[in-house]
Amino acid sequence: MYTAADPADAHAHDHAPSGFMRWVSSTNHKDIGTLYLWFSLFMFFFAGALAMLIRAELFQPGLQFFQPAFFNQLTTMHGLIMIFGAIMPSLVGFANWQVPLMIGAPDMAFPRLNNWSFWLLPAAGTLLISSFFVPGGAIAGGWTMYPPLFIQGGIAYDMSILSLHILGISSIMGAINIITTILNMRAPGMTLMKMPLFVWTWLITAFLLIAVMPVLACAITMLLTDRHFGTHFFDAAGGGDPVMFQHLFWFFGHPEVYIMILPAFGIVSTIIPTFARKPLFGYVSMVYAVASIAFLSFIVWAHHMFATGMPLGGQLFFMYTTMLIAIPTGVKVFNWVATLWRGSITFETPMLFALAFVFLFAIGGFSGLVLALVPVDIQLQDTYYVVAHFHYVLFSGSAMSIMGGIYYWLPKWTGHMYDEKLGKIHFWLTTIAFNITFFPMHFLGLAGMPRRIPDYALQFADFNMIASLGGFLLGASQLLFLYNVIQCVRGGAPAGNRPWEGADTLEWTQSSPPPYHSFVTPPIVK
Amino acid sequence: MQEHATSDTYYVPPPSIWPLVGSVALLALASGFALLLNKFSAGPYLMALGMGILLIMLFGWFGTVIHESLAGKYSDQVDTSFRWGMAWFIFSEVAFFSGFFGALFYSRIIAMPMLADAQLLWPDFHAIWPSAGPGLKIVLTPVDAWGIPALNTLILLSSGATVTWAHWGLQKGRQFQLKLGLALTILLGVLFISLQVHEYGEAAFSIRDGIYGATFYMLTGFHGFHVMLGAVMLSVIFFRAVAGHFTAERHFAFEAVAWYWHFVDVIWLLLFIFVYWL
Amino acid sequence: MRIANYTDQCAGQPLCVRRLLFCMPNALVFTSAFLLALALALIAAPARADYALNFPTPASGLAQDIYDLHILILWICFAIFVIVFVPMFVALVCHRKSLGHVAAKFHDNLKVEIIWTIIPTLILVGMAWPATNLVMSMKDTSKEDLTIKVTGRQWKWDYEYLGDDIRFTSNTTTPPEQIDGAQAKGENYLLEVDHPLVVPAGKKVRLVLTTSDVIHSWWVPAFGVKQDAIPGFIRDAWFMVDKPGIYRGQCAELCGIGHGFMPVVVEVVTPEQFASWKDEQKKLLAAAAVDYSKTYTMDELKTMGAKVYTANCMACHQPNGAGIPNAFPALNGSKLVRGEKSAHIERVFNGKPGTAMAAFGKQLSDLDIAAVITYERNTWSNAMGDVVQPTEIAALHKRSQ
Ligand code: HEA
Ligand code: HEA
Ligand code: HEC
Ligand code: CUA
Ligand SMILES: [Cu+2]
Repeated sequence: MYTAADPADAHAHDHAPSGFMRWVSSTNHKDIGTLYLWFSLFMFFFAGALAMLIRAELFQPGLQFFQPAFFNQLTTMHGLIMIFGAIMPSLVGFANWQVPLMIGAPDMAFPRLNNWSFWLLPAAGTLLISSFFVPGGAIAGGWTMYPPLFIQGGIAYDMSILSLHILGISSIMGAINIITTILNMRAPGMTLMKMPLFVWTWLITAFLLIAVMPVLACAITMLLTDRHFGTHFFDAAGGGDPVMFQHLFWFFGHPEVYIMILPAFGIVSTIIPTFARKPLFGYVSMVYAVASIAFLSFIVWAHHMFATGMPLGGQLFFMYTTMLIAIPTGVKVFNWVATLWRGSITFETPMLFALAFVFLFAIGGFSGLVLALVPVDIQLQDTYYVVAHFHYVLFSGSAMSIMGGIYYWLPKWTGHMYDEKLGKIHFWLTTIAFNITFFPMHFLGLAGMPRRIPDYALQFADFNMIASLGGFLLGASQLLFLYNVIQCVRGGAPAGNRPWEGADTLEWTQSSPPPYHSFVTPPIVK
Repeated sequence: MQEHATSDTYYVPPPSIWPLVGSVALLALASGFALLLNKFSAGPYLMALGMGILLIMLFGWFGTVIHESLAGKYSDQVDTSFRWGMAWFIFSEVAFFSGFFGALFYSRIIAMPMLADAQLLWPDFHAIWPSAGPGLKIVLTPVDAWGIPALNTLILLSSGATVTWAHWGLQKGRQFQLKLGLALTILLGVLFISLQVHEYGEAAFSIRDGIYGATFYMLTGFHGFHVMLGAVMLSVIFFRAVAGHFTAERHFAFEAVAWYWHFVDVIWLLLFIFVYWL
Repeated sequence: MRIANYTDQCAGQPLCVRRLLFCMPNALVFTSAFLLALALALIAAPARADYALNFPTPASGLAQDIYDLHILILWICFAIFVIVFVPMFVALVCHRKSLGHVAAKFHDNLKVEIIWTIIPTLILVGMAWPATNLVMSMKDTSKEDLTIKVTGRQWKWDYEYLGDDIRFTSNTTTPPEQIDGAQAKGENYLLEVDHPLVVPAGKKVRLVLTTSDVIHSWWVPAFGVKQDAIPGFIRDAWFMVDKPGIYRGQCAELCGIGHGFMPVVVEVVTPEQFASWKDEQKKLLAAAAVDYSKTYTMDELKTMGAKVYTANCMACHQPNGAGIPNAFPALNGSKLVRGEKSAHIERVFNGKPGTAMAAFGKQLSDLDIAAVITYERNTWSNAMGDVVQPTEIAALHKRSQ
């Protein structure tokens, strides 16, 4: 089935095209992966800068710097851009780089479509960010976009809705590409149950994306028609229901949070065995756990809506299903610990991030479990406890595993080693600052501080100040990351084909950086 | 003409400008639409520009694909990729329509009774479908399912049969059956859309008339839009068939469109049952 | 190094007690710091009330049950945390390459995997059980002693005692000067209102909630009640508080720019006090009834109008009537305000659907509307010189019937 490439063809492609056109018109999974990663890094800093402004305003009670209208814009855009601009694209970037390399494929299944999936992001990002500068300012109704609040408001609301449509198209096409690549382009002998776990998590994530992004599109389309075409989907006078939006949104939104964590699980499941020098414990149960989490994610959505006043049966159902997710997630945590057990462990930067992930993600998971219990959630919904919960799963979960993954694969991607010492400093600063920022938020939430407020009562002052200070440190630490990445891309000690002695997936059989067209002849996996 | 010397390696296309063009098109389209919605005069022009660029992109991109296909660049494995790709794309469309069906069921089964229970706010509202809601004071006359909708069901179902017939023709190498089948399918599709437009014209309610009007027009509207897309795709396939692009062995483009057409069919059946009939 | 020796002794041996013991001291050094800190934080919670680390002191039975459930779950999670992460730290400390530890080869064990699927399941059942009971009692709003209708509005609460014909609006009283720092912040900064909700102690109070604009959420932490109010729908909740006192909370659902400034204050009084309070309210309401036969003077209307404006319009249109550019139009110098009376009345009475401008015809009395319109037309640099009488507003009611 596979033979050497047509010599003429191979010749034409052997050298990477150069200059501007290389990036703009690329059909190469590595280049496109790189674009995704840079884009998400930019968006991470942009949304992070918004978070800095949030923390500055919340440093003290009273309105210091911004009017409430602008503060709400900051919160909304911070959440939206972090999720759709930073975390999701970076994970797709990983998929682009790694999936073909890990399954021994020459490229993604649809290289041109792949390029489009990427280039839609800057288009959508432009639309979204420019909405800060239109009359009335950016959207300010929270990233969850609940009507009727979201019906009030100017052109920015339409721009953001349409921007999300474009992001959705990008995600769906990206997901179709990834899923097809995995299903159809594995090297001979690479059966499904031999795939690296990272590939498995992306297979399932892609499925989630294809299933739920269209539902988000539905929901925001209805918002748009309610705003401009006189429909009454979310207006009780016309027989609609604002809560219906919440159902549709969270039917998307909950799987969405697993879309952001499953590939992170995949990254961690790759890093830990490498530095424990021991195969991943319970591979099969890991696969089943990911699949169960994905399945359950479709039937838990209303745990975000306990305070809307569902019927008793609804509350109980969603409480039980939500709690069930702790079981497969627990299996994963136990498997990671068992992988470490009696390994031969070293602590390179990627490993540090992976270990911190396991530890801190579990804290976020436990606070999720606390929130899953309806009576407790009634107290905590829409407070800073929720903010603490989701930053533990999103920052120390997704974002830190992404950083770990970057450190892990950067030597492969660039051919250079990053600065290990700087990496470790970045790690410790990030971890410490992260906890200073977000751990006190649990207390704030328990004590009754609502989220999404620009100003707060006096009893919340101390912890907010601590959180703000931590936040600034956290932000500043990320500059080290940026520096380290740039230095590594520009040069550094040669990495060699396999800088990590414990790494055994296919990409390490390639040179560092891998040839522009890798696995033109597929490897045989035994 | 279909080449038989198909390549063995997985075809990785050379750099292409079309994706970027497509992104620019969508950006222009979306910003234009946002401007239009907010009554800025530049809106329609920007949208037209975006539309134009989008069309250029579609012609360019699909032209390239057809060209590559004819040049035999697509191995069997590429063909399988296309199949997976199309299947998952249709799956995403299924998810899209489920969202709107979900809205319909939610409104009827959950929201209506809750509104009727809220005596404090809407003292004389009763949960009777079709409804325009408690606040609008509109009495609705729904479309009779057994008039045009039933006829349209018949039309779409027959069009499903005609594509399948065309496919048989293709598989057996009967090019005439292929072309005739396709032509009939397109004709039926156009007939369907005309009837649908006629029905919209006759309908005694609009999209503004409460939740019934909203769900009705949203679901049938998006469906109609998909029929239109399908008809355009079928027309392209028809012209390619006339140009002799398809062989009994290699004709995934045809099958993809046929799949799509069947999907649109099934959605219609659900619409007929849940929107018009029950 | 001694540690290395210990570890070497057991290298390659299967998991054994000796091995665990040898490694334990080192692991503890690492873990204990974090765990101790965490435990201390938890234990210190009740002791140091000024640093609220936990829920506020419960005032109702429900809140108490929630408190207890939360503590129970917290301890369970804490225990699991220790059980999971102590082995991890043991591994991190003892099974290091730098100690010469050689990696074992095992990579699964069905028995263990089944055990650690089943045990968490059982734990979860144990958590779900008390939670289920509590949800059931929270949802049970029957057998109430009195019912109060709560209507959220951007950004205040309307209360209506059903069956008693008492209604009033509860507005924040924190002065803007405290918010922008021109004045020292008061003790109950952001948590104070002009008319708190007054309820009797020891009685089951049922709330029915709705809103006239966007979603709000009525929340008093000490009661364990948080319930979203949904426009066009009715939701309910209940509480019963034994101890008289003043309890404070806030709106808990993002509802626009005033979301952080929408406090809930409840005054729990003895049943006797409650009865006399009710009488007083009824008298006040009777006194404030609109007298349609009377012709009000410009000054009367303007004085009343200024109050209505402060309570209802200022949050958006600002004290000086300048609005907020691109969000809320200026009323000072507005074409509409300086134009035909009828258009002005119409806008205030019916609002503008799809914007934050609500239909105040449904919320304010005819006199209030007449007053605020007169005020707007004759304040700041607006000097229309005309007055609007309540009768002109009443005419609109008939039309919209
Ligand atoms: C990556 C993202 C991510 C992840 C992985 C999760 C994981 C979980 N989340 Fe979270 N969540 C969010 C992102 C995420 N969440 C976001 C963004 C919001 C807020 C949205 C908004 O309103 O803006 C939110 C909000 C949110 C709420 C709503 C809160 C509210 O608004 O009132 C709830 C309630 O149930 C919840 C629950 C859970 C649960 C039970 C898990 C579980 O998956 C966790 C499972 C993990 C563990 C439990 C730990 C490890 C397990 C063990 C060690 C095994 C043993 C354990 C036991 C037997 C208990 N989450
Ligand atoms: C993956 C997602 C993600 C990530 C990584 C983060 C990261 C951070 N978030 Fe988060 N956040 C969300 C997702 C995320 N957030 C979501 C979904 C919401 C809900 C929104 C809503 O309510 O609608 C939210 C809401 C939210 C709030 C609540 C706002 C409110 O309710 O009003 C706060 C408050 O502190 C906050 C803070 C932070 C901080 C300090 C960081 C930091 O970790 C950021 C650190 C990174 C940087 C700072 C960037 C790098 C550095 C620079 C740009 C250099 C300049 C910096 C300095 C000179 C100091 N976020
Ligand atoms: C929640 C915010 C909010 C509150 C409270 C509010 N308004 Fe408005 N108001 C608006 C908005 C937004 C508009 C602009 C509507 C539009 O798009 O035309 C508006 C418009 C108006 C206008 C028309 C101005 C013009 O030039 O077009 C008048 C008059 C007005 N409001 C009066 C009032 C009065 C009187 C009150 C109090 C009883 C009030 N408003 C309370 C938000 C508010
Ligand atoms: Cu009302 Cu927030
Ligand atoms: Cu969730």
